[in-house]
Amino acid sequence: MDESTPATQTQHVVAISSASSSSQAADKNARLNSPTLIDIDNVDFYYGASKALHGINFQIKEKLVTSFIGPSGCGKSTLLRCLNRMNDLIDGTRIGAGSIKISDVDIYHPSVDVIELRKRVGMVFQKSNPFPKSIYENVVYGLRLQGVRDKSVLDETVERSLRGAALWDEVRDRLHSSALGLSGGQQQRLCIARAIAVEPEIILMDEPCSALDPIATVKVEELIHQLKQDYTIVIVTHNMQQAGRCSDITAFFYMGRLIEIGPTGKIFTNPSQKQTEDYISGRFG
Amino acid sequence: MDLSRKLHWRVVFSRIMDGVVALVTLAALVPLVSVIYMVVSRGAGNLRLSMLWQLPPAAGETGGGFGNALVGTLVLVGIGTLVSLPTGVLTAIFLTEYSLGSKSARIIRFCAKILSGLPSILAGVFIFGVLVATTRQFSVIAGGLALGILMLPIIILSTEEALLRVPRFLREASLALGANRTQTVLHITLPAASSTIITGVMLAVARAAGETAPIIFTALFTSYWISSLHEPTASMAVLIYNFSSVPYDNMVNMAWSASFILIIIVLVTNIVSHIVTNRRSK
Repeated sequence: MDESTPATQTQHVVAISSASSSSQAADKNARLNSPTLIDIDNVDFYYGASKALHGINFQIKEKLVTSFIGPSGCGKSTLLRCLNRMNDLIDGTRIGAGSIKISDVDIYHPSVDVIELRKRVGMVFQKSNPFPKSIYENVVYGLRLQGVRDKSVLDETVERSLRGAALWDEVRDRLHSSALGLSGGQQQRLCIARAIAVEPEIILMDEPCSALDPIATVKVEELIHQLKQDYTIVIVTHNMQQAGRCSDITAFFYMGRLIEIGPTGKIFTNPSQKQTEDYISGRFG
Repeated sequence: MDLSRKLHWRVVFSRIMDGVVALVTLAALVPLVSVIYMVVSRGAGNLRLSMLWQLPPAAGETGGGFGNALVGTLVLVGIGTLVSLPTGVLTAIFLTEYSLGSKSARIIRFCAKILSGLPSILAGVFIFGVLVATTRQFSVIAGGLALGILMLPIIILSTEEALLRVPRFLREASLALGANRTQTVLHITLPAASSTIITGVMLAVARAAGETAPIIFTALFTSYWISSLHEPTASMAVLIYNFSSVPYDNMVNMAWSASFILIIIVLVTNIVSHIVTNRRSK
């Protein structure tokens, strides 16, 4: 399907990944068997009276990129926002049945501290949302919340996080100028830097590239490739080429149900469900 | 293709409307400009610098000033701000950050709106009944509280508006980084809304500085310097009210000069707030 896409940017990235894919194939197979980090067990989710997720049941493995795809309103963002309980912020939402466990801890158990959960499960949003502060203050925000005051620790974190988000070289000379002066793509990478500054284990990305131009998208996707060395990444995307390019596992949702999940290559070349095939081949959605 | 101008009725209508809008705008400026012109021409001309620190003259006397009224107004508005600013901002935070859309929030917002339309004399009468009649003493405190009541709804409503304008995604970003609600309000929402909040507070200050009716019922007036918060005080607005209706030219002129100074005070607070907020947003 990629070959049929006219966008040159897509072909560029596909060329990169296919060149390196043979050497990484064995490694990739080994990684696909990595241990389970998130266990989503028969989850029903409600917005008020309407049921948005129906018996979602699958596992997310450690240090892999898992992408959620599906048409608008299929529940993929809702599920993503369940993983760090951002849905708690919306009145009338609840998990009706089932459980979500991260490292065997039920994150909806009353004893769970949501603040601690969100430190361990970082999030990057669809629209880049830097604070109206300096680049430096954006990155250290999470640390300041935890009461870190040591200047050397903060400085070190800023450099490490910005390097981690492939932004350091572009902003090293203007760390103290406003983050709002950055371009859209830089802002989104700053948001990623901000998320990794608190050293989470999991990074959730809710359509992180949907507001970016193709070049900025390539940069963020390359970043995702690097980040999965250290982090478990869950990414929601509308862009199927993107899911194909940067994820190891793909889950296809439709009407609040998980239709199919499997290694990305298999989902895109040989899906076992008719609905999946129809969707990825562009017959609906 | 013919691209030449033609006189369609919609073009004519548009031109007429342009003219009407411009005329109405000018008409709206007439009262504003004429009031300022009157005050400046009659107030600035008679203004002597010594008026700013001298006490009011007795009837028929020459010279004197309104130093005590100037101090009195600053203290009264200061007390009003001290009372209404924290209460108003915290109420607005409760409305937007802690109970948005809840029944209690709707009731509080409704009350604030009613209160903002309250005739100012009622605030004076209320404090008169609660504080002045019970302690049998007109006082600075009573005057400040009356002004505080008038400032409160303005601050609540404008701060609420300012907080609602802070995009939801900033709050989400903060919460997603492990901030709790208080941290998010302190570090993200309030700073992002601060310039709009300050504008609202300045509006409230300007309104309070010009209020006469509530002060007459609470802080009354005196010809002496303010010495205690439990005694009456002079204020610019009441001085203007008193002196503008006497048959002595000296006092009438002083009322005009006091009006001029009052306008300058409001102007300066506005300019200062603009400078402060501009510096903040950089």
